[in-house]
Parts: sequence; structure tokens; C-alpha cells
Amino acid sequence: MTNSINEITTDAQLMMLIGTNTTEAHPIIGYKMRQAKRNGAKLIVVDPRRIDLAEEADYWLRINSGTDIPFLNGLMHIIIKEGLYDKNFVETRCENFEALESTVKNYTPDYVSKLTGISEDDLYAVARLYATTDRAMLFYTLGITEHICGTQNVMSCANLAMLTGHLGRPGTGVNPIRGQNNVQGACDMGALPNVYSGYQPVINTDVRKKFEQAWGVSLPDKVGLMIPQMFDAANNGQVKAMYILGENPVLTDPNSNHIRKGLDKLEFLVVQELFLTETAEYADVILPAASFAETNGTFTSTERRVQRVRKAIEPVPGQGNWQTIMAMSAKMGYPMEYNDPEEIWDEMASLSPSLTGITYERLEEKGIQWPCQSCDHPGTACLHAASFTRGKGLFQGIDHIPPQEVPDEEYPFLLNTGRILQHYNVTTPYSKGIQSMWSEEHSEVNPDDACKLGVENGDMIKVTSRRGSITARAKVTDRVPPGMIWMSFHYAASPTNAITSEGLDPITKTGEYKVAAVKVEKA
Amino acid sequence: MEMVKLTINGIEIEVPAGTTILKAAEQMGIKIPTLCFLEELSSVGACRMCVVEVKGARALVASCAAAVAPGMDVQTHSPAVMEARKMMLDLLVANHPLDCMTCEKMGDCNLAELCYEYGVKESIFKGDKHHYPIEMSNPFIVRDMNKCILCGRCVRACAEITGQDTIDFIYRGFNSKVAPFYDEELVESNCVYCGQCVSVCPTGALTERQMAGQGRRWEITKVKTTCPFCGTGCNFDLNVKDGKLIGVTSNSSAPVNGRALCIKGRFGWDFVNNENRLTTPLIKKDGKFVETSWEEALDLIAKSLKEIKEKNGPDSFAALSSARCTNEENYLVQKFTRAVMGTNNVDHCART
Repeated sequence: MTNSINEITTDAQLMMLIGTNTTEAHPIIGYKMRQAKRNGAKLIVVDPRRIDLAEEADYWLRINSGTDIPFLNGLMHIIIKEGLYDKNFVETRCENFEALESTVKNYTPDYVSKLTGISEDDLYAVARLYATTDRAMLFYTLGITEHICGTQNVMSCANLAMLTGHLGRPGTGVNPIRGQNNVQGACDMGALPNVYSGYQPVINTDVRKKFEQAWGVSLPDKVGLMIPQMFDAANNGQVKAMYILGENPVLTDPNSNHIRKGLDKLEFLVVQELFLTETAEYADVILPAASFAETNGTFTSTERRVQRVRKAIEPVPGQGNWQTIMAMSAKMGYPMEYNDPEEIWDEMASLSPSLTGITYERLEEKGIQWPCQSCDHPGTACLHAASFTRGKGLFQGIDHIPPQEVPDEEYPFLLNTGRILQHYNVTTPYSKGIQSMWSEEHSEVNPDDACKLGVENGDMIKVTSRRGSITARAKVTDRVPPGMIWMSFHYAASPTNAITSEGLDPITKTGEYKVAAVKVEKA
Repeated sequence: MEMVKLTINGIEIEVPAGTTILKAAEQMGIKIPTLCFLEELSSVGACRMCVVEVKGARALVASCAAAVAPGMDVQTHSPAVMEARKMMLDLLVANHPLDCMTCEKMGDCNLAELCYEYGVKESIFKGDKHHYPIEMSNPFIVRDMNKCILCGRCVRACAEITGQDTIDFIYRGFNSKVAPFYDEELVESNCVYCGQCVSVCPTGALTERQMAGQGRRWEITKVKTTCPFCGTGCNFDLNVKDGKLIGVTSNSSAPVNGRALCIKGRFGWDFVNNENRLTTPLIKKDGKFVETSWEEALDLIAKSLKEIKEKNGPDSFAALSSARCTNEENYLVQKFTRAVMGTNNVDHCART
């Protein structure tokens, strides 16, 4: 997030949500949005599903799946045409406006309305409202990123915020809400194939030298593999050994049959986990993992806030995960010497300029939002206040990119997927209370479709894509539009990702979980 | 800012206009008792525990809801005030089960604390008592409406924090009660089990079912930590007794969420205690997992990884780190991959 969560209730006059079912996936943020709306802020919800916040919204735009770029271009078309953009911000803080202007010129309300399914009136109203409100926050989550054009979707959001000057001030910004407790931190720590901690590129010679010196080894100079590439490489025999800590790609990654085959072909697989997961079944060695309650450390939230995790009970496996990695490393002939997680943090911080000022002591009360370059720096609640990371904000002219697989005669339904309130990817099925009330998949089916299919609420349905077939219970509801089936991915008995699309964003390698073509029949 | 001068217990104080008498007194270190008041919620002045005597006013004034006025002369603990508070407590206790010795809230009950302070042991009023069945139909929240004092904190938390509006007052007079629509149970309602209601309840009317019978409040050690579910970054207290995790409770000092939590954060923690947790390393032998020692498991890992690296080069290894693990664990996984295995093949589920 460029901005901070609490600005929702303290600063924002308008919230525009695109592809985020916030009250379910990020409940506390969703509750704050509802508070802000009830206290007078405007709320625009752009989502094909009638999510809870759609009920509260001033405008709920039921967008056709996979048409976010035309929608955003359509708003910008109107904003430029009517002269509602922030000319000062565009001139002083941004560049390449001409490219944006010439692209969005083609996205007339008439054309956009046909593509997106949103009425021209609503396009005009929302464009004007967003552009003319002083402090407007734009939020998105995986409804924007889990498309083959995820990167372009994100850039389009940035285009819109820059065009209207909704950046760099409290109550504004482009705010992706991140789905997992420490997905921000895992990125910040360099658990990525192209960067070390603090987003320092592995191909930068000076950076590499710094880490080589600190770690006393010589380091590889070429970018590594991203997850989907790892499993491709496992399938074709290039990757032969893997260590997987706390992930269950068999259940959570798209096209799981491909993942299973790759894991099967590995010569050696180590999985470190809390439970014997679907992925752990493929391991040669399983190491028991310690949970969040059993370790000291830190998580970094979606608003870049580093906060303490504190050990409350002894680790069930007898040692913390950091100790296991140290022991593994020592056996490999590279002893790591840390007495506690704080020493790990301190080493990392000393090597990462954006985190250098953060110490455990400073995190004690309220955590700190990075960037925080020195011990007297208070942290950063709002990014890009004076300038962007690259200097000027670069407008991009972006054209519509349709989903890789769209419904056709043979597979006439669009499968959309996501999370439900009560579950979180892989740990909640082991919560007895939650599992006792939400133990199986309830696929959402529109009443019109249910009628045509002869399916009643609670019936079992068979959902088939080009990749496979699964069964699940049907929940007949107008939350989904006609032609859409919506499923979560939480249940091993209905492994939705066995049938999701093979489409990937070519830049981020994120799967197109939000659009696949399926056929549906009564099971 | 407009300032207002007033006198509380004979001492003059100046506070910003709009400050309540309760807050003004608090600034002077004077503690006025409350039951229905809570900082994060709107003030309704329902319980009358916070009444004070204001010179010239025709009745005692609820200090949580009344703003200061210039020249106000306030007495917070005068005989009239003390008598009124005692009477309020007496009336509440008249219809409250006195089974404190087995009540889950014992040790953390606002009503009990005030009765202790004001010397209310047993009510002088002998009248009807409620005999509601205790609602146990969901796995998270126990609702014992016999212990409800109708302060309305839960109603306001549900409406003002979560915005779910699941519960409200129904019926009138003695039969007044807090319930979901049509006096159904929570399982029949639109309740999202965020448990905000439990976190604000001043008595044993609403309690965490998972914590029932697990320990007395004073035996519990609270450890503030960060939630392991979504990326919002909520803080809460892990409740630990005798080295065992027994629950999660709100910590209102949390910078992002304050008291608010969701079903996962408040009630999903019990995966930690699940009996299917892996406790020892396992090695696959003839297609089956067998228990082994850390030493043997780590030896096998080191031997296999070394062999594969020597035979096929560093890029034949790849590591998946985890968005659920700590920063420190993630840092070590990428350091291990890069410094020990010699490859940049490290990633995690940010993109999947």
C-alpha cells in the first residue's frame, strides 16, 4: 500500500474498490471501510460479485471479468475529455502523458460500456466522482493481479491515481491489500529470485559484492527461477532438489496436476511444515515446523508495518524454524551464528537501506512502517509524497488484454475463485471450530443458471475444465452473475486449483485464477 | 481551541470545549466507575454508574455523555452519587446469577469489581430472575443472557466496529434482551463471529467458548503478537496457561486494529494445538514415512543436497519460502539458498 490502513477512517473521502472482497479477505480493513462509508465517505465497488460491501456502496459496478483495463481507460477517457484531471500533478510529478492520452482516447464510454457491462451513466458518474474528490483511496487485491494482464491492470490503477493526483497525500494512494500475514515481509526479505533483502537486485555488482563480503561467500550473478518456472524445471529435469518451507503448492498453485508431476520427478524433496500436507506427501524428508506462537520474530503487514511476533509457547517440534535452517546450513559446511531471531534481523537491517533504522526495541509498541533509513527516522506512513521512486511517475498507454481462456460452447461458464471469510489458505482447516461450521466447498451458482441446470441449493455439482474435474456443493445465489461459477480453494475434497487456468501473467508468473472456462453439470 | 473552565471536587481545571465530564475527571486522576462506556464506542449513558452531582442540575448527570460547561461545579463521589451508584448495582445484582465461583469471567468482571468496591453483596430486592437457556450452538461464543446487564456495549460494537448489525435490544422492560433478529440464535443470524461483542462484554454474558474451563483469568499469561492470517497486521494477545495456548483476546493498544479482530484471528488459533501437528522429522522409506531423529534427517538432507549440487550444479536446487513465516525465517531461507546452495532459485507464494 502506498498509504496506511487507518487513513480509511481518518482521511479518506472516497474509497474505490476494484477486485477486493475486503470484508471477507481482509475483514478488519473491510470493517473500517464500512465505518468510513457510514460516517459519510463515498464508496465505489467494482466487482462482478455482489460482495458484502456492494450492499453499502454508492456505486456497485458489476464489471465483466477480465475487463479492468477498458474500465480504467474508460474512466480516464472521461476524466481527460472533461478536463477533470489534476493538471498540476500531471505536469510536475509525471511524464509520458501523451501516450496515455492517445491510448485512452479510443476507450469511449460507448465502447467501454459494451466491453465491461457497466452503463455509460455509471462510467460518467464514477469518473467524475473519483476525479473531483480531494482525497480518494484506490484499493485492489487479487481481482486485479490474478489475470494474465495483472501487471497491466496494476499499471492502469497507477495511471488513474496519477492522472487525478490521488497520490502522496493522506487519504489517497494506490493500495493493494496483501493477502497473507507476511507476504510483504517475505518479499522485503529477498525470498524472491531477483533481489536480496530491501529489493536490492542480484544482478547489481555493487550489491552482490556487499552481500558476498557480509556472508563470506561468492554469490550467483544471474536471476533465479520464479515458482511456476521451478515446477516447469522440475518437470523437465533441470531442478532436481527442492526445499519447501510452509507452503502447499499442490493445493494453492494453479494447475495442480502440473505441480504434482513436477514434485514427483524431483530426486530429493525436503518439506518443512506444521502438518502432513498434500505437498508434504511428496517429500523424501519432512521436517516439523514451529508455528507463529512458538517463535520470536517479525511480520510486515500490507501497509509496510513491521511488527513483532512473540514466542508464547515452546516450539512443538522442539526448535524454532530459524534453528532448523541454521542446523541444515551447518551440516552443509556453512555455519550461521545467531543466538536469537533479533540477531538475524540486525544482520538483515544492516544490509538493507530501506530497513536500516528498524530495531526490535523500536518495534515494541506500534511497529514501524518502512522505508526507515535511520534510527531517528519515524518510518513512512505515506509513500511518494515528494517524488516517485524513479523520479517522475511514468504514464503507460495500455490496451485491453482479454483473459487467456474465455467461455465457449463446450465450456460455457466462467470460473472465478477466491477466499471466504472463515478460511485462510491452509491452516484454518486445522482449526476445529472453523472446520466444524465450514467444512466443505459451497460453489456459488446464479439462480438462472441453477434453473437451467436443474440444480438446487445444496446439490452436488461437477465442474469440469480442460484440465480436470471436481465436485462441490452448489450454493444458489445472485452474488454471482449469470454465467459465472465462483469457488474457494480451501478444501482438499474440492481442489479448485486442479481446474483453474494455465494462463500466467508473463511478467510476474501469477496465475489467472480469476478466469477459466468450465462446464457444470449436476453430479 | 475553545477552552472551558470548571471545578471538579473543588479543584479548578481547564479542558477543551466538548470534553465530557468523565474525561475531564480522568485528566485529574479521578476515576469515575463505568459499565456501558467504552472509549472506542459511542456514549449512551445507559448504566448510570458514571453519574456525578452537578451543582444546580435537577438530577444526577451521566458523566460519560455530558460535556463540560463553563463554571460547572462537579462532585464525583458525593454521598448522593455513592448512594445512587450502589442502588444501580443493587438493581443489577437483583437479577444476576451469583455463581461467580464458576463464572468464566471471574477475575475480569467489571460488575464484580464494582460490587466489591461499593460493597454490594446481595440485592435487597427480591423479584423475578431470568432463566434463559445458555446458547451453546456455535463453537466460538457462549451467550448466557442471564448475566447480561443490558449495557449495550455488544450492540454498539457490532454496529459501530464491525458494522454487521447482527444484534440489538428486543422486547421491553424486564423482558428486554439483546438478541439477533427474531430472537434467533447466532447460528441462524448474519453473525460473522468476529467476537467484538465478547471483547467488550463487562460480565460473563458473552465468553469465548474455546477458553471455557481452560483456566482462571489471573492464571493466564498474555503475550502480545501479530496475527498469522491475512496481511492487515492485527495485533492480539495470546493467552497462555501452563505453557499451553488456550485462547486469543483483544489488545486494545494494537496500532491498526485496536480491539477489533475477525473470526480467524480470534478463533482460528487452535490449529496450533491440533493433534495432527508434525512433531518429529520423518523420512520416506519404501514409500512410507517413518519417524527419525533431527540428526539423521539433517544428515540425509546435507548428503543429498551436496550430491545433487556437485553432480548437477547449484541451479538444480530451488527453495520455496513462505509468506506465513517470519521475516527472519525468510531471510535465512534466501541466505541458505544463495550462500550455501549457490543459486538464486528462491521464491514464495506472493505470485500464487
